[in-house]
Amino acid sequence: MFITLNGDPFELEQPLSVADLLARLAIDPRRVAVEHNLAILKRQAFGEAIVREGDTIEIVNFVGGG
Amino acid sequence: MVDTAFVIAGRTFRSRLIVGTGKYSSHAVMAQAHAAAGADMVTVAVRRVNISDRSRESLLDYIDTSTIFILPNTAGCYTADEAVRTARLGREAGLSNWVKLEVIGDERTLFPDNEALLEATRTLVREGFVVLPYTNDDPIACRKLEDAGAAAVMPLGAPIGSGLGIQNVNNIRIIREFARVPVIVDAGVGTASDAALAMELGADGVLMNTAIAGAQEPIAMAEAMKHAVIAGRLAFLAGRIPRKAYATASSPVEGMVGR
Repeated sequence: MFITLNGDPFELEQPLSVADLLARLAIDPRRVAVEHNLAILKRQAFGEAIVREGDTIEIVNFVGGG
Repeated sequence: MVDTAFVIAGRTFRSRLIVGTGKYSSHAVMAQAHAAAGADMVTVAVRRVNISDRSRESLLDYIDTSTIFILPNTAGCYTADEAVRTARLGREAGLSNWVKLEVIGDERTLFPDNEALLEATRTLVREGFVVLPYTNDDPIACRKLEDAGAAAVMPLGAPIGSGLGIQNVNNIRIIREFARVPVIVDAGVGTASDAALAMELGADGVLMNTAIAGAQEPIAMAEAMKHAVIAGRLAFLAGRIPRKAYATASSPVEGMVGR
């Protein structure tokens, strides 16, 4: 199944939680914000939010800026 | 001479110099520049995690968040909706509900779109954000932002990264005179005298990124800026002499030998 992850197609074998997706990508959940189908998730909800086929996920963090 | 505290939305900052985290040659240099500047608030941008390249070091590894306050910005946003979305993401990623709100009107000048900025300010204030809007040197725009609930106003000195210094000295002075919230000159500072001038005009603080990160010796420039902001503030509090068209001698005219 495919989702859109940070603007690009991304393949997953089956639905999984946002928490599991972050773990798979080796992303520290404490340092990011996640948008799931345009809804910003609270960190506590990462474990319950399930990523399904066709979903759009945005994972952002802080980078250098003025 | 004792200064009043630098307080924004009830939070006190020791330093009136706010520094960015962008454009440094490395995170290590950035951290040293922050230390040399004596900054206790720094700005960051909110961007997608690089999924494919996980090897990059994290910015946050180089900022001690127990001593330095992180202010997320909405750089790169051209509409109120984009800016609000980015601000909400920044709040969720971070440690506070503060935001340096930018809504840009033009790609070449990076001047703010004040109309959209005002709309975004109203939305975010309603959602409980502490909003520090990047605006231009228009006292009426600043007044409207303040009335909309902005915790401070941040008029630009000159275009972002231009190094041109304060382009409209009189307007910055007027903005400070009218405003009842802190005024932070943000953008356009090029060298130490620009920062000192901003403070001499009565600004409560100065925000800069390129002036330090783009200097040939960023850490030395960071230290220069620290002194400039302190000097300018002290000069402002000390009350300068008036400007005169002609000379008034500093040494006595009486008692000259041979007269």
